[in-house]
Amino acid sequence: MDLSFSKEEVAFRDEVRAFFRDNVPSSTRQKLQEGRHLGKQEMVDWWRILNKKGWGVSHWPKEYGGTGWSSVQHYIFNEELQMAPAPAPLAFGVSMVGPVIYTFGNEAQKKYYLPRIANVDDWWCQGFSEPGSGSDLASLKTKAERKGDKYIVNGQKTWTTLAQHADMVFCLCRTDPAAKKQTGISFILIDMKSKGITVRPIQTIDGGHEVNEVFFDDVEVPLENLVGEENKGWDYAKFLLGNERTGIARVGVSKERIRRIKELASKIESGGKPVLEDVKFREKLAEVEIELKALELTQLRVVADEGNHGKGKPNPASSVLKIKGSEIQQATTELLMEVIGPFAAPYDEHGDDGSNEAMEWTAQIAPSYFNNRKVSIYGGSNEIQRNIITKAVLGL
Amino acid sequence: MDFDLSEEQRLLKESVDGLLGSSYDFEQRKKYMAEQGGWSKTVWNKLAEQGLLGLPFSEDDGGFGAGAVETMIVMEALGKALVVEPYLATVVIGGGFLRRGGSAGQKAAHIPSIIDGSKTLAFAQLEKNSRYDLGDVSSSAKKKSGGYVIDGEKFVVLNGESADTLIVTARTKGGQRDTGGIGVFLVPGNAKGVARKGYPTQDGLHAADITFTGVEVGADAAIGDPENALPLIERVVDDARSAICAEAVGIMDESLKTTVEYLKTRTQFGVPIGSFQTLQHRAADMFVALEQARSMSMFATMASDFDDAKERATAIAAAKVQVGKSGKFIGQQSIQLHGGIGMTMEVKIGHHFKRLTMIENTFGDTDYHLRRVTNSGGLM
Repeated sequence: MDLSFSKEEVAFRDEVRAFFRDNVPSSTRQKLQEGRHLGKQEMVDWWRILNKKGWGVSHWPKEYGGTGWSSVQHYIFNEELQMAPAPAPLAFGVSMVGPVIYTFGNEAQKKYYLPRIANVDDWWCQGFSEPGSGSDLASLKTKAERKGDKYIVNGQKTWTTLAQHADMVFCLCRTDPAAKKQTGISFILIDMKSKGITVRPIQTIDGGHEVNEVFFDDVEVPLENLVGEENKGWDYAKFLLGNERTGIARVGVSKERIRRIKELASKIESGGKPVLEDVKFREKLAEVEIELKALELTQLRVVADEGNHGKGKPNPASSVLKIKGSEIQQATTELLMEVIGPFAAPYDEHGDDGSNEAMEWTAQIAPSYFNNRKVSIYGGSNEIQRNIITKAVLGL
Repeated sequence: MDFDLSEEQRLLKESVDGLLGSSYDFEQRKKYMAEQGGWSKTVWNKLAEQGLLGLPFSEDDGGFGAGAVETMIVMEALGKALVVEPYLATVVIGGGFLRRGGSAGQKAAHIPSIIDGSKTLAFAQLEKNSRYDLGDVSSSAKKKSGGYVIDGEKFVVLNGESADTLIVTARTKGGQRDTGGIGVFLVPGNAKGVARKGYPTQDGLHAADITFTGVEVGADAAIGDPENALPLIERVVDDARSAICAEAVGIMDESLKTTVEYLKTRTQFGVPIGSFQTLQHRAADMFVALEQARSMSMFATMASDFDDAKERATAIAAAKVQVGKSGKFIGQQSIQLHGGIGMTMEVKIGHHFKRLTMIENTFGDTDYHLRRVTNSGGLM
């Protein structure tokens, strides 16, 4: 047992850290430090820098452009990326639809889509949730009916993150209405510019526009856009959701936020001295730091386990990462709120889509707090994670 | 980075789990507790036979030269079985003082009899007003004709009643809370002027309140520098904190297993109570708490070897915070999920809870260690 990084791992960390230091555009870095949103072009520019370096799809198999790194190296890469801070590769393309395509797709799909995902030539979004199908995803109703050489898609998806930027959506659609819940679902790739698709923005409680409703009204999709076998989509969706579980702890994001809490709390005064000198505040912060340290090690244990026993089988202990990781992210945004106190109040109604350069730095702290309530809901709510632990770990 | 046990460590784990699995169930434990002094000489000899009492000592001293990971493995196993024999007091703490600070003569005089199981030790440190502050020492060790005279009162000394040798903290100079001027002394348990009042503790162990009145020892009784032994005390107590973190993880692990088993077998309203989501989620939260504690116990184990004293102390304090919080949650919820039966002496789960509770208050509770982490500027 040795919990420190090897010499090679330290050298790798230094290389990655130096690359981020020298290549993340400073405006991008600053916006992220302030908890602000980035514009589409800023994100795409950065991802192309990453892809040029060969790190855009680092965890993919080598033949599709991956790096062949060890689990520990992937961990280091993600952690350094989050602490830089720099935008993580677009999960919908790189972590979700990409692996589904190279695992279950046909040669033509691999050849066409994979390089485009790596270079973000297509911005992907995820068409899973529906108004009536949240945690009970398999109850989804959007249907795709075969008609000649096409599917005709009708229905509605929701919570579609950044669909306003998207070129493509991967959708779960019901292709066999007679089949039982999980069977009869297919995994279909749909061009967002197709006739009959309408995207309606949903404004979230922080005032931001990240998620959308997407309506499908007699949308024609070529049959060749089916991934794998018809009616096997649920299997692919499960594969997708079990993939890259370890990234969800977002330890680096919380570390970076703790750095910022300390920075602001040493500047902002309360009772004639910096907030950071308030014993109660510092103890609360220390408590979060301890939880985060424990989470970091728990994550490393899951990572090491993957390295030893092979990927592909999601470790049910990764539900611990989701639960704790989200709780800690929320705790850090709460502490930031506490640091600025009454100055959290002013609301910039022009919002933050990455273009509002006049926005005060304080104006993003309350929205970030409100926005982070989502992290215990998305990706399988924390209650669903407890169900997973109950069944897969405890055997209840 | 590597979280796996080596082949030798795996074998050690199998051997200690095997030994306790065959000789330390809940009924057997009751019998051992009823023996003279509150623990079993037979079990102690078995631990000696398997080499467990000699693990951390160097090969030159007759031991196995094992490290903190091996101690973690043993303590976790001792925790699972709720072992009452004085491993912590004798091997981890007593042995720790000898290993880390003892002279060649002191090692030769004491280590062989620890390893062969013939002698046990106890650490007489807690005073009426010292609480968790290791540097708060009123007991005195005054120089007299080439030796020392020790006076003072010590409380809740684990294994204090039956220990052959006491390791006593006492002040050679300075005021009650000065960090300098503290010494550590080896005192025979039966020395003239030592009065021991033994009693059982809440968690089934045995302790003693001990009065030292004009106890005379030689100059060779002092371990390390008699005027500046606080760094040594802090180091050994950090070893002890890491060890009880591991013990607590063993207890929590067993508590969760036992509780989940109960949820599967206890039926109400015609179904196993484990089919109720409220109870399922409580158990899932216990699992989360356990894994967080396990990670920090590993962190503390690694930190035992940190050279930087401040870094070591902060890491181990952080572990003690996490283990304290997780232990309280798992301990309390194990009782809750068992319902009425969990309240009874005849079922093991309550005994897990009691030991976890006492561990939290040993060598600094959660608030105390949180304050230490805070004062050192946090972990990052």
